[in-house]
Amino acid sequence: MTSPSVTPAIRMTGIEKSYGPVHANSGASLEVMPGEIHALVGENGAGKSTLMKILGGLQAPDSGKMEVNGRDVTGWTTPDAIKAGIGIVHQHFMLVPTLTVAENIVLGMEPTKSGLFDGDAANAAVEKLGRDTGLIIAPKRKVADLSVGEAQRVEILKVLFRGAKILILDEPTAVLSPPEVKELWAVMRRMRDNGGTIVLITHRLDEVMDLTDVITVMRAGKTVGKLVTRNTTPAEIAKEMVGREVVLSARDKMKSGVSAPVKTAARASAGLELRNVVVTDPLRGRVVDNVSFMVAPGEILGIAGVEGNGQTELIEAIAGLRKLVSGTISIDGKDVSYFDVAHRREVGLTHIPEDRHRRGLVLDYSVANNLVLGVQNRFSSGGVLNERKIGDYSAKQVAAYDIRPPISAAYARGFSGGNQQKIVLAREMGHGFTVLLASQPTRGVDVGAIEFIHAQLLAARGEGKAILLVSAELNEVMALSDRIAVMYRGQFAAVVDAATATTEQLGEYMIGAKKESVA
Amino acid sequence: MSAQFRAQLEEAIIPTVIALLIAIICGDLLIISYGQAPGPVYRMLLEGTWGNWYGFGQVLYKATTLAFTGMAIAVGLRAGLFNIGAESQIAAGGLAAAMVGIWLPAATPGIIAILVCIIAAGVMGGGVAAIPAVLKTKFGAHEVIVTIMLNFIVLAFINWLITAHLHQPESVHTATIHAGFLPRLQEFFPAFHGAAANLSILVAILVAIALWYFLFKSRSGYELRAAGLQPEAAEYSGISVHNVWMKAMILSGAIAGIGGINFVLGYEHYYEDGFATGAGFLGIAVALVGRNNPFGVLVAALLFATLSQGGLAIHAFVPKQIADVLQAIVIIAISAAVPEVRRLLLASRKRVTA
Ligand SMILES: Nc1ncnc2c1ncn2[C@@H]1O[C@H](COP(=O)(O)OP(=O)(O)OP(=O)(O)O)[C@@H](O)[C@H]1O
Ligand SMILES: [Mg+2]
Repeated sequence: MTSPSVTPAIRMTGIEKSYGPVHANSGASLEVMPGEIHALVGENGAGKSTLMKILGGLQAPDSGKMEVNGRDVTGWTTPDAIKAGIGIVHQHFMLVPTLTVAENIVLGMEPTKSGLFDGDAANAAVEKLGRDTGLIIAPKRKVADLSVGEAQRVEILKVLFRGAKILILDEPTAVLSPPEVKELWAVMRRMRDNGGTIVLITHRLDEVMDLTDVITVMRAGKTVGKLVTRNTTPAEIAKEMVGREVVLSARDKMKSGVSAPVKTAARASAGLELRNVVVTDPLRGRVVDNVSFMVAPGEILGIAGVEGNGQTELIEAIAGLRKLVSGTISIDGKDVSYFDVAHRREVGLTHIPEDRHRRGLVLDYSVANNLVLGVQNRFSSGGVLNERKIGDYSAKQVAAYDIRPPISAAYARGFSGGNQQKIVLAREMGHGFTVLLASQPTRGVDVGAIEFIHAQLLAARGEGKAILLVSAELNEVMALSDRIAVMYRGQFAAVVDAATATTEQLGEYMIGAKKESVA
Repeated sequence: MSAQFRAQLEEAIIPTVIALLIAIICGDLLIISYGQAPGPVYRMLLEGTWGNWYGFGQVLYKATTLAFTGMAIAVGLRAGLFNIGAESQIAAGGLAAAMVGIWLPAATPGIIAILVCIIAAGVMGGGVAAIPAVLKTKFGAHEVIVTIMLNFIVLAFINWLITAHLHQPESVHTATIHAGFLPRLQEFFPAFHGAAANLSILVAILVAIALWYFLFKSRSGYELRAAGLQPEAAEYSGISVHNVWMKAMILSGAIAGIGGINFVLGYEHYYEDGFATGAGFLGIAVALVGRNNPFGVLVAALLFATLSQGGLAIHAFVPKQIADVLQAIVIIAISAAVPEVRRLLLASRKRVTA
């Protein structure tokens, strides 16, 4: 497959790219053969997304050379790249929020009927594409209303619709649940077998091992290694990424290291309690359908499920961002159903949102300003911001969460995806709280940071906080939770004890094959 | 930090300079097409504005009005609102200042009378802006449409008030105010003799300082900018975006309203229909060129006032509309230059460090 006589599909050498003082790429290279699934890995901020943006013509390199199928394409533009059959699913979505799913997918090659846009044909095409790939999504929904997982599906469908020959996927699975990931893998393998080329950026080493043929490792802007997947181990990949030996068993250890879950029945008070909560959506009806549960202090309740089954709406309703149709929400025994967002935060709610670019960050605010968003009144007196206090706090959190580069004054927009996620976490977990809503908390962060965040969540649990965890990654839910609820079509299909739950069992609930009547 | 500051400064100044150059080149062609040599015409333009005290005083006067409307629009844009209503808000503010100035007894101590008139102008401007603010936050009506329509309604209403009730015989202006006079600059610097510039300019500078402090140092300003940059993130964090919009729109209207004092308290001492025609619209360009920064707005106001006054100075040689065309070219060139220049700047800086 990698015989030297074959022209590489992608060849990038000596790529340099700086943003002011930050060298995003310095001596980056990548060589990908046609018919290969190629992993691109590295720590947060290693320069992976930057390299792919350069390949896609979204950014021009400062220097270096790039070839696609043997043709010198250095410094080309996005339309050139699309024409050459390169399709990129970017880490942060580039969809038009006011358009529908189908309109977004066909954008740029719209079907027409007597010169006019043919909406029905677009919808039909998207439905067919969904059936072919297993990534199903209603074509008429507005993109602005989608959860991140659903938006991710749209992004992937969009490049598939264009018939990309070279597919670049920047952390596509960070918000997809196991059944969707399985479908995606099938699509990718089929593409490869038909001679397509795929570059996959991911922080999940199990995916790298299962799916890819060759691995390129980046560290601090530089390409530091190329490994053949079948001759390597996760430990070796991790070592290349970090530059030293690392212990990888953390996630397995974590579960056993956790003290045995305290029996919830024994606890009278509820940190967070929902009773018969109903949330509706104009297009889809009851997206949260009569859900009741409680999360006790010192408990992590994990919610698993395929994206789009009401998890996003449930979390937003608890956070105060969506109106309840009926039901009550209480925090520490206090009914907060009619409290606004700020008021709920005051009584001890904190919220890691699933979408850092839409909700979690003001991208054109500095890190320091982002770190006090929502608690700005604690950092001001007499209506005036206390910049000194903000600066000190920011320096502290940047160090504690290893936000890189550690520049408090830099705009959030310039940070790598994983580091942006750390900014959100540093803020939401940095202030006193009693109830934490954690939606995809480790989305896009690297192995080391995942470990750190998991430790933080468990520490918060140990301090008696009530934590509601939503994650597309089943392993994460299983490793951290005391109990796991599976959400299916707006309802809890089951609530099971995490100690005895199995992937297969949860998977059946997730796709609606099984349902347990919840007391 | 200082590198960032430098970058910001470059980003603010370089596009403006380039836009000016483009405007000058286009101006050259226009002037040549009228059979004149560009050099002398530009010299006339400069001599008629910054080259003598009277011209300069007129520039300062015009800049003062534009500074108010520019800041009004800038504060709206910072909150994510497009206030097209400054045109009628400044008129309403001017009328309020005049009515209060007429109503106050002549014996009212100067400083008190001035303050009361300023407050009246601000309240009136803010009151007019409260209509689109309420319609937007309560009913979701788009502020652009509402403010445009309100311009017609408010200006027509004021026109009716003046012509039917308040005007002096044979004129379209009100009676002269009894109190609240803002001295002209000529009273301190006789060289300014005859020029309309007055102490309103000081008020404009004070408003700019206060507005800058509010936007960038206060908690409310922090919330306002967050709501403007990313409303969904602001909402998520607990900031009431509707509340912010309400306050920002009213503040915007109040600043525009206070702009009415420049003519009423500082220059003619009565309200006259059409005293600030065009200032509300030109204020949009001033805010754009000033990058929605109060101090940037002051500079941009000077620039546009210079072009507008300069048009009068070159009238003898070429149509004064040439200056209007220049203004338009500056606006277009700046809108085009801002992102483009940023891209070039970034590219060049990278090459230096690479
Ligand atoms: N637009 C930008 N402005 C300033 N700095 C940037 C910009 N884009 C990227 N960087 C910097 O370049 C470096 C590499 O970023 P990049 O997004 O390529 O990392 P990454 O490997 O994709 O990381 P992650 O795994 O977190 O997504 C980071 O230090 C980041 O701060
Ligand atoms: Mg990235």
